[in-house]
Amino acid sequence: MTDAAPAVLAEGLTKKFGTFTAVDHLDLAIAVGEVVGFIGPNGAGKSTTIRMLCALLRPSAGRAVVAGFDVVHAAEQVRAHIGYMSQKFSLYGDLTVAENLRFFAGIYHVPHALYDERRRFAISMAGLEGRENALVRTLAGGWKQRLALGCAILHRPPVLFLDEPTSGVEPQARRQFWELIHRLAAERVTILVSTHYMEEAEYCNRIALIDRGRLVALGSPSELRRHELGGTLVALACAPLGAALAALRDAPGVAEAAIFGDRVHVLLSTGGLAAADLPGFLAARGVHADVAQPIAASLEDVFVRLVAGRARAEPAP
Amino acid sequence: MSLRRILALAFKEMLQVWRDPRSLAIALLMPLMQMVMLGYGVSLDIRHVPLCVFDQENSQASRAVVERFVASGWFAITAALDSNRAVSRAMDRASCIGAVVIPADFSRQLASTGTGPLQIVFDATDTNTTNIAMGYAQGVVALVTADLDARWTAARGIRPSGVGVVDLEPEVWFNEGLESRYFIIPGVVAVILALVGAQLTSLTVAREWERGTMEQLVSTPVTPFEVMAGKLLPYFLIGVIDAAFCLLAAIYWFGVPFRGSAGTLLLTTALFIVVVLAIGYLISVRVRSQLGASQVALLVTMLPTTLLSGYTFPIDQMPAPIRFLSLLVYPRYFVTILRAVFLKGSGLVELIGPVLGLVLYAVVVLWLAARAFRKRLD
Amino acid sequence: MPQATAAVVADGLSRRFGPVEAVREVSFAVAPGEIFGLVGPDGAGKTTILRMLAGVLSPDVGEIALDGIDVRAEPERAKLHLSYMPQRFGLYEDMTVAENIFFYATLFAVPGKERRARSAQLLAAAGLGEFGRRLAGQLSGGMKQKLGLVCALIHTPRVLLLDEPTTGVDPVSRRDFWAILYGLRESGVTILLSTAYMDEAERCSRLALLHEGRIRALDTPARLKQAMLGALLAVSGPDPRGLRDALVDAPGVLGLLLMGDRVHVRVDDAARRTPELRARLASTGHAPEDIVPIEPGIEDVFVALLGPGAPA
Repeated sequence: MTDAAPAVLAEGLTKKFGTFTAVDHLDLAIAVGEVVGFIGPNGAGKSTTIRMLCALLRPSAGRAVVAGFDVVHAAEQVRAHIGYMSQKFSLYGDLTVAENLRFFAGIYHVPHALYDERRRFAISMAGLEGRENALVRTLAGGWKQRLALGCAILHRPPVLFLDEPTSGVEPQARRQFWELIHRLAAERVTILVSTHYMEEAEYCNRIALIDRGRLVALGSPSELRRHELGGTLVALACAPLGAALAALRDAPGVAEAAIFGDRVHVLLSTGGLAAADLPGFLAARGVHADVAQPIAASLEDVFVRLVAGRARAEPAP
Repeated sequence: MSLRRILALAFKEMLQVWRDPRSLAIALLMPLMQMVMLGYGVSLDIRHVPLCVFDQENSQASRAVVERFVASGWFAITAALDSNRAVSRAMDRASCIGAVVIPADFSRQLASTGTGPLQIVFDATDTNTTNIAMGYAQGVVALVTADLDARWTAARGIRPSGVGVVDLEPEVWFNEGLESRYFIIPGVVAVILALVGAQLTSLTVAREWERGTMEQLVSTPVTPFEVMAGKLLPYFLIGVIDAAFCLLAAIYWFGVPFRGSAGTLLLTTALFIVVVLAIGYLISVRVRSQLGASQVALLVTMLPTTLLSGYTFPIDQMPAPIRFLSLLVYPRYFVTILRAVFLKGSGLVELIGPVLGLVLYAVVVLWLAARAFRKRLD
Repeated sequence: MPQATAAVVADGLSRRFGPVEAVREVSFAVAPGEIFGLVGPDGAGKTTILRMLAGVLSPDVGEIALDGIDVRAEPERAKLHLSYMPQRFGLYEDMTVAENIFFYATLFAVPGKERRARSAQLLAAAGLGEFGRRLAGQLSGGMKQKLGLVCALIHTPRVLLLDEPTTGVDPVSRRDFWAILYGLRESGVTILLSTAYMDEAERCSRLALLHEGRIRALDTPARLKQAMLGALLAVSGPDPRGLRDALVDAPGVLGLLLMGDRVHVRVDDAARRTPELRARLASTGHAPEDIVPIEPGIEDVFVALLGPGAPA
């Protein structure tokens, strides 16, 4: 595999279940050493796509190449060259750290000659030196999850799939985990993260937003924030909030309005109300409001804008 | 206590039972299947007992005796042998479990004394079968005797005044053979209801813990008694249907004579169903996993019920400590009640003892279950 | 503590499970109409606190008052006025949306007329109006959570306790969910909820940051952020890893976090350090595209609070 060849390539990838199209002509190329986040609402086709890329589901149309192997014609090769980790199910709580590692080494056919070194690496990466004989269920979340990552990469897969890897983990542990992920990426491991938590998506080099089987947006977190919002985001404190929200949702030029604490975030598209008009508009409807201030959009704002906007344009079947 | 809440719980439970047609089908058909299997298991082993014949006389009279054995249906003649050694060989090979040996002077002795010496040999390895088979053999012999008696007295010009009496005598003997079925099948009904009933409710609370619905339920003002009543109601209906299936099968399929009143039967059956459902519920409350609850229910009901309820092994033949222990085995009261209602036609007054036993059981178990239900996660 | 006016008072709550001290000396008071957030990672004690408030778990030590009712002494009376939505979906998946609502309405003895009016109104607000006859088990994650909320609200509780209500829910459904919560707050319902998601915490009126069973900080999101030491800068460029490595031992840098396409740098003084950092990066050949001050998130507060690099 050369640098030019993508580590993961999907062309027109499609999966139908009966009349339902779960994934619809998805095109995606991920470079070696890239960390890409798959985000989208429940049922958008994230897991179906990942299952096809892991050669667990056969595509209905299109093709996919993972680590240089075709997912249809070389399914076993694909499986041997990928690692998979989900926070919830991968480890055996009633086995010790060492026993879990030995088990996964067996599953992945890690050669005996390499096992000792790989095991040491996994244990040091997880920060579990001296705790090899501890039962996994007695470990705190952060360690457990770093150990799960260690197990998933025992066979040095060039492509790694992570499913909501850090949901519910302590902030510090999450930061340490992502340090590890970026370290692996520096060693040319390609990483796909599927999640609908924007906190996790922020750590990815690029984000692929999938909605109802289609790739809706693709770009770095900053690019998405800059280009995909389709308007300017402002925040204003107002009272009462409920009346403010109701009035703003029907106002001309307001694409989206949501309450955050004691403020309302308003997404203004062009051709309607301007930020300066908002206090007056609200005052006319019995709502007291301060001056609207522009704020930086979050990935969640982008997500909601793209997904909810599409839902309004073409209602779900 | 709120009746509305009980009804809401019962309605909810009913919906859930209804939405799970496979479990419902099992709950309704299982007892009927068990009834057929256990009922036949009981009645099959008393038919076609393999028997050899060593007829040293081979006369009309001796053949009539053999005929009687075959005609009874309890026995099948597997071989006609010609020596005592052949008889013992046949028994060794287990090609028969008994032999009828008719001496060479059978007719002569019969004609002269009115009694014919008949030897029946049984293999006592399987004492249970042997005992039953011996009972039948005695019945057949009594029949033969009655036959011959009648002929013998008639031949002497004595008016057979006692024909009815002579006929009656074997009737009583005959009942001994048939009675084991009449006796056992009501017991089978009790055992099946005890097993199935506890299984029905053993899952109901455990399932809510497992599925996570209990946490929300206990955060409402519902009381433990309401939960219990609401959950037992739908299963009571299923239990009554199961009981009806079993009882109808006992009467119409197995032909057990029913001499009692339907009212007594209904009332006592309903009482017993409450007891078995409450036992299952108590287990479900204590054991919070479905698998565990189901296993405990099986363990708690299966062995004591089959061994100590008196449905096959007579309680009065047990050693005193075991007999005392069997007082705790609630199905024994229902076995007693069903037998008495079926065969003796007893009413509530005669059955006051076992009925009170069940009532006491119901009250205690329901009280324990209501108390054991904790509206707490700890 | 303003006990007389508070809707929920927790005073010195502790609870242990065997050797684990799940909750340690937790005290707070929630005013009527507040949305109070218990924020922390898995295992911080959020669920245990909510279960104790809901009266389904007893504290080892401590007092709880809900609308003036002593929950330890009279849990059943308190239950009439509260609604608790456990973390795991607590409704019956083999029953329809309407049947679940009917069941919970009847348990709380809601009269039929009121039940019909209220369930229609709540279902419409939750966007579940057309799904009355669908089995709850066939709803999506977000719809299930909204149904849970409808059932929890059918008897008009004064206090609503929600345990991680938006876990497994996508951002669009999460926004709908929060719109309902804000509507409730306007009608005077007091809401306590837990979340493991720091970004969600920003929506609460007040937050208790929990770690290992203890409250580490308690204030409004804005004041928690103000109290954070230093300021946060986002440094973006084509090679964020290189940027990070170049800034590790720069003077005035309190913390570094490598994001997907930028580095978050916590500095003691944004105005003074921004040009310094720019110069340092330029000299090491990692000229940044941009250095902009950003508002810290609750996660940054959390990390700053528990000390840099503190292990899990």
